[in-house]
Amino acid sequence: MIEVDGLTKAYGSYLAVDDVSFRVEPGTVTGFLGPNGAGKSTTMRMMVGLTPPTAGSSTILGVPYSKIPNPGTYVGVLLDASAQHAGRTGREVLHLGAMLMGLAGSRVDEMLELVGLSGTESKRRVGNYSLGMRQRLGIAHALLGDPQVLVLDEPANGLDPAGIRWMRGLLRGFAERGGTVLLSSHLLHEIEMIADELVVIGRGKIVAQGSKDELVAATGTLVRSVDLDTLGLALKQAELEFTHSATGSFIVQGTGEQVGRIAAGAGVILTELRPAEGAGLEEMFLQLTADDARDEVSA
Amino acid sequence: MTALTAAAPINLDQTRKVGMLRLIRVELRKVTDTRAGMWLLVAIGLITVAAVTIFLFAADANELTYENFAGVTLTPQGFLLPVLGILAVTSEWSQRTGLVTFTLEPSRSRIVVAKFVAVVALGLAAVAVALVAGALFNMLGSALMDGSGAWNLGMAGGRDFVLLQLMAIVQGLAFGMLLMNSAAAIVLYFVIPTAWSILFGIVSALDDAAPWLDLGTAQQPLFDDHSLTATQWSQILVTATIWIIVPFVAGTVRLLRVELKSA
Repeated sequence: MIEVDGLTKAYGSYLAVDDVSFRVEPGTVTGFLGPNGAGKSTTMRMMVGLTPPTAGSSTILGVPYSKIPNPGTYVGVLLDASAQHAGRTGREVLHLGAMLMGLAGSRVDEMLELVGLSGTESKRRVGNYSLGMRQRLGIAHALLGDPQVLVLDEPANGLDPAGIRWMRGLLRGFAERGGTVLLSSHLLHEIEMIADELVVIGRGKIVAQGSKDELVAATGTLVRSVDLDTLGLALKQAELEFTHSATGSFIVQGTGEQVGRIAAGAGVILTELRPAEGAGLEEMFLQLTADDARDEVSA
Repeated sequence: MTALTAAAPINLDQTRKVGMLRLIRVELRKVTDTRAGMWLLVAIGLITVAAVTIFLFAADANELTYENFAGVTLTPQGFLLPVLGILAVTSEWSQRTGLVTFTLEPSRSRIVVAKFVAVVALGLAAVAVALVAGALFNMLGSALMDGSGAWNLGMAGGRDFVLLQLMAIVQGLAFGMLLMNSAAAIVLYFVIPTAWSILFGIVSALDDAAPWLDLGTAQQPLFDDHSLTATQWSQILVTATIWIIVPFVAGTVRLLRVELKSA
């Protein structure tokens, strides 16, 4: 169980994280989705006490993280897979963790086996690891203390499709045994594959949260046309609500038949007309990304 | 959101904090288990042996005493020990391992204590190596070079050698915590005392003030004299406060407050 309540982080006048609240239930894999720079990592660092929040609080398993004794045995944390000493071997990284948490040395071999790092790979220095191997090592490190909660920042980054499928299986299994998982990603399809609950963040604010099915199955119809202006006027006259998407289409609150009839009446050529299944979430996400991209250009 | 009820916190009574001894052992291991750390320790060992070897062949027979053999290791060791102290803390930033270190033990002050004890232990180990190497070569000196072979390093000499090396390594740790950057800390550690000494050399009006402001000048009696006056002890205390204690306190405050970022 993770509870985040009004977490806020200001750097000067810039709000990196703005009043973020959400809750991650045991038995679920929750995806923390947002474009780069949306505030995902800052939120996660505040959750584990590395970054002091400007306002708000968070608890893991009902207590603030810093109050948990030997926290590695309750919460597995992976904030940056590349944040390991390049001169240490993978095995040594895990050995140090096991030593600190007071675990048996055999736990190191179990975790290496679990994440699929071979004996020879584990004896190589982390500086020579690919990003995918570092992620596996990071997951092994997070799982070392047999925790009840996992907090993982971009764990699928650098994994190949087979690796992502492997991680889905691993995290699903963890959740099915009653574990709580929060993982972040800036890639929608990655999150769609792994998570069953979603928290979407953009520019430091939560913009949507709920079960993936709910968010993906947004109602409405997606329509694309060679003449969006005329179609827009016709839709307004018919009093159908719609939103303009970043990719030059409308999401209309109405059935395909309604939209088709209006378009036919207005003599507008349609190039696409389909239920907006998943398109809602995708459009929202693209919008977030596009807004940020525009910001960078104007700045 | 009002409908949500807070879950009952888990029972943590059965779980004990990570023990200080375990933290110290982990910090010691972290100094030695990387290539850089390993080579630094090897280099300290080699430079110690090299110093006594050169002294064995270069010095006059009557100078081949235990105190001199042990004493020649001080300066070369003193160059590398601070680097060990610096890297013990800056690697948490340069290699970004701090993300893991301070997540597994959220109490940063306990990590500072563990690092302090670990580097002090390493400093003591370095002096022990120097004393053993000095003893062996003192025997070699009297056997091969017809040296004096006098066992003239008393308790006071041993105390002074320990003090010197511990000050060096702890100062390194302090600079590392304060600057949080390996290169900056190492450069500053070596440049500041040199610049300071040059300043005192040039400005003759500062001659009297030097032992009260320059750590190297104040430490001089620890190298050879071993019977320090109250004034000399005060000078060591004052300069150590300026160059070791104040940076250490400021570095600790910085480390306790800094935000740990991944990039």
